[in-house]
Amino acid sequence: MGEAIVITSGKGGVGKTTTSANIGTSLALSGKKVCLVDTDIGLRNLDVLMGLENRIIYDLVDVVEERCKLHQALIKDKRFECLFLLPAAQTKDKSSVQPEQMKKIISELKQDYDYVIIDCPAGIEQGFKNAVAGADKSIVVTNPEISSVRDADRIIGLLEQEDVEAPKLIVNRVRNHLAKSGDMLDVDEIVSILAIELIGVVVDDENVIKAANKGEPIAMSPSSKASIAYRNIARRILGESVPLSTIEEEKGFFSKIKTLLGMR
Amino acid sequence: MAMAQKLQHNVTIKGTKDGLVLLLDDLCSFEHLLEELNDKLSDDHGQLLNGPLISVIVKTGNRYLTDQQSGLIREIIGQKKNLEIKRFETNVITVAEAEEMKKEAQIMRVSKVVRSGQVLSVQGDLLLIGDVNPGGTIVATGNIFVLGSLKGIAHSGSSGNREAVIAASVMKPTQLRIADMINRAPDHYPEHGHEMECAFISDEEGQILIDRISIVHKIRPELNRL
Repeated sequence: MGEAIVITSGKGGVGKTTTSANIGTSLALSGKKVCLVDTDIGLRNLDVLMGLENRIIYDLVDVVEERCKLHQALIKDKRFECLFLLPAAQTKDKSSVQPEQMKKIISELKQDYDYVIIDCPAGIEQGFKNAVAGADKSIVVTNPEISSVRDADRIIGLLEQEDVEAPKLIVNRVRNHLAKSGDMLDVDEIVSILAIELIGVVVDDENVIKAANKGEPIAMSPSSKASIAYRNIARRILGESVPLSTIEEEKGFFSKIKTLLGMR
Repeated sequence: MAMAQKLQHNVTIKGTKDGLVLLLDDLCSFEHLLEELNDKLSDDHGQLLNGPLISVIVKTGNRYLTDQQSGLIREIIGQKKNLEIKRFETNVITVAEAEEMKKEAQIMRVSKVVRSGQVLSVQGDLLLIGDVNPGGTIVATGNIFVLGSLKGIAHSGSSGNREAVIAASVMKPTQLRIADMINRAPDHYPEHGHEMECAFISDEEGQILIDRISIVHKIRPELNRL
């Protein structure tokens, strides 16, 4: 019996889908059997990020409306034998699925997979309710900007009312130089506002965009910082204790001296 | 027998310097009471019942009056144009009213983070052990005490009590409301100097002020229950 983790954020464009794709890929890299579920009906993206768009025959709504069996709708990943995707429908909207139906599908998937990663749509309406319905755990993604943190706070409040474990936090798209100069919320500040456990910090990396456009999750290329961050998050999900990588790794000579002198 | 009861004076009218006090006996039947009240008021008492406007306090002792019954009494007294009922005074209230009073007087203790979009509303005083995040709202009919940082909206004295206060360990609210008064936060908070603070309506300035918590006992001595 596996566990279902919903990736959510409230606000759009903070990197839910990218996070879902990369956590899924990283878990598959460590040999786990993983199923990604895209619940963003009408605005599906996860298939594109995974480079699996052209293989979709049936989708989530087809399963719900019993036009096909669940296993028929699952798409096997190009790279991993143990990674599957249940795509969302593009032609319908969120109201074509009910939370109860989602619950049934997710619990069916949990029988066969170690991890079911649910990619949640933006917003707090029907789509959110569907995505959360079957989940055991939740991860909230936020960016270091006020509006995104505000929405994350709202989502955490809503998750507290649901039947899921206390959510974990990923701060995505952190830019080192802005956080250092104080022009951006820093990670500690965000954690103190949201008051939930931090599970990962992902730096802003243009390679993520490049990889996404190629349909290849960044987690596949081990050299980039974002990739390492995602892999570490996956390891933490697996229960390993990996220290949170501090963002200011490369301190210059002068800043070291300043720290020594207590000037920073 | 009816005559005898009338002589027992179920209704006593007393004059005080503030107006009239109507003492209604609480043992006789309500019908007798109404009858006698009617008689007493229609009797000619000279200038007492025909003079200038007089305020009346109705004391009902240990008798519980329903809204309908007090309405009947109001009607009878209202026939005299110069009499104005100031209030009813009674020794008894219903269990529901008593529970309501108890709720108003209690301190509700809550331990949680009030997040954006959430509203925490209580009767009586609120003691919140946790933060109020931006976009979150806490409301109390009494005072509000936050052991944590207040970054959202706090509304104390929500049913009109202008004496209510709002205290917080870290006072950085987006808005403070006390009774019907609203105060917006400054657009920028200074970085430092947010020790424990308390907000209240200042009588002199007629607006919400924020000051150190140590001066509250001078401004609101009634907070003290010791």
